[in-house]
Amino acid sequence: MSDTTINPELAIAMRGVTKIFGDDPQSALALLRSGKSKAEVQAETNHVVGLDNVSLDIAKGQIFVVMGLSGSGKSTLIRHVNRLIDPTAGEIVVNGADVVKMSLDELRTFRRTQIAMVFQKFGLLPHRSVIDNVAYGLEVRGVGKQERLATAAKWIETVGLSGYENSQPRQLSGGQQQRVGLARALAMDTDIILMDEAFSALDPLIRSGMQDQLIELQKSLGKTILFITHDFDEALKIGDRIAVLKDGALQQEGKPEDIVLRPANEHIEDFVREVNKARAIHVRSIMTRGAGERCDILVPQDARCEDVLPLFAEHEWVGVQDENGVQIGSITAKQVIRALARHTPSPAGELAA
Amino acid sequence: MFPEIIDTRPLRRAVDDALNWIVRHWGGGFEAAAHPLLMLLKSIENLLIATPWWLIIAILVGVAWLSTRNWKLPAVVLVALLFLGVMDLWEDAMATMALMIAATLTAIVLAIPVGVWMSRSLNVRKSITPLLDLMQTLPSFVYLIPTVMIFGPGKIPALIATIIYASPPLVRLTDLGLRSVDPAVMEASRAFGTNPRQRLLGVQIPLALPTILAGVNQTTMMALSMVVIASMIGAGGLGYQVLQGIGRLEVSRGLFAGLGIVALAIIFDRVTQAFGKQLQARIGLAEAR
Repeated sequence: MSDTTINPELAIAMRGVTKIFGDDPQSALALLRSGKSKAEVQAETNHVVGLDNVSLDIAKGQIFVVMGLSGSGKSTLIRHVNRLIDPTAGEIVVNGADVVKMSLDELRTFRRTQIAMVFQKFGLLPHRSVIDNVAYGLEVRGVGKQERLATAAKWIETVGLSGYENSQPRQLSGGQQQRVGLARALAMDTDIILMDEAFSALDPLIRSGMQDQLIELQKSLGKTILFITHDFDEALKIGDRIAVLKDGALQQEGKPEDIVLRPANEHIEDFVREVNKARAIHVRSIMTRGAGERCDILVPQDARCEDVLPLFAEHEWVGVQDENGVQIGSITAKQVIRALARHTPSPAGELAA
Repeated sequence: MFPEIIDTRPLRRAVDDALNWIVRHWGGGFEAAAHPLLMLLKSIENLLIATPWWLIIAILVGVAWLSTRNWKLPAVVLVALLFLGVMDLWEDAMATMALMIAATLTAIVLAIPVGVWMSRSLNVRKSITPLLDLMQTLPSFVYLIPTVMIFGPGKIPALIATIIYASPPLVRLTDLGLRSVDPAVMEASRAFGTNPRQRLLGVQIPLALPTILAGVNQTTMMALSMVVIASMIGAGGLGYQVLQGIGRLEVSRGLFAGLGIVALAIIFDRVTQAFGKQLQARIGLAEAR
């Protein structure tokens, strides 16, 4: 990652973003820059380091997940992208525009037209009906009533809430309320959507359904989604790329399998140990490349290890095909087992998971 | 005895002289400035007295029904109003109601902007809160006398004294209501690019409305509790009847007029509370608390 130039093709780029909460962040910043740790800065100045020199490149059209435990600064990070929080230092470029340098007026226009957000606690307006909530962003943007209600109705249908248009948010379940939140963001038709622990407040089954729906939507709409979660399984399921945050500092950034197969440090290994690796690892990242011997059993290239495991009950190996049906590689049971066993201190207990 | 450290007489004389100077030089100006208040009060009073009694009963019973969709409150309102009519207190009750309505309307216009201002700045809140405490605790005669000196006895000083006494709860509850709007909702609104005015009118005030309405309820109640004192300086109405009852030792007159004030209080208290509850249910705060 280069720290000097920013590729304007990126959806979101952050360079050295640092946030210190307190009355005099600049002096605390100087301490932090002099090499003191977050805990030392807090002990000496009573200032909390929210983000510590975070640099990220987020390409267009992918789901980028920022993962971290509570207090890791992930919610602070996402709020920097639309500047709900002002950084103490650093550069944030969204769609080629420097967010930090924007005037308040420019910032409002930017929020109205370029970026939408979904919140953990939904953030719906309790005094408005579902359709008026979904149309809220367009209303703020100044879109006429008929047009915004038509757009809102379309998105309500897309998220599967037809018939609830005139309900009040409180009459809906948590999952339905978050669908309203999602529809409200989608109705803005922005290229970038920020999702702050959007599914964390939902029941596991509903959460899983929402994740599937999000992946579907992203495939058909090609949006850039910055997704925050504390759930590693969720990150692995939906993320095209994952960044792990701890104590406000970036620990590792990469594809899901990079993180599972090559955790950068002990902190990430702790996560990896708890996770269902068979779901995280795509077969294409561990297969033997090349057309090779033709196999009758073919799996798509975005299959994951858990998808091929049942096949090994009957077959020694299976082929992997690209979207055109051409065989691009093959994978054996041994390769899968080896990938799943890596970084596992007690293999016996782990394979069952 | 507490030792005399300074001679307070010059200080007191200075205050008295200053007031006299104000009365002499600015009295006319003050009276002109307060004229719109007088017009408001007079037009409400004239309207209430000119309206036939049955129409007023019909309107208030109808409003009571709208606020609850239930026969109980309208029945209470009907009985209370009939009591006022039967006891020959109708015209006095209308005068008192006019004073209360005028004071409440003025308080709404003055107090809500102050409440909004307070909710936005900690410093403003810190400096206005003691002023509100003062307005509520300072015995009303202390500011009644200077206002009578400036405006002369009559309805204006009565109205001003009522406003001073009755607006603090509305300011406080507006401030409280605006500040207790769910920060998650405010943040969501901010993320969609709203400006402060859009957030105030589109999110904060609608969500704070039940609390603000509780403030209006408090204001009407406190305005009613001022009517006896206000009648001492020429407000007339039910309070004057109570005063006369005390003066002539006619217990019955004082008692019935006093009960008349209670009847008005019940009507306005229950109706505004019912509207508040209705509003809360519509926003969905009732279940949340």
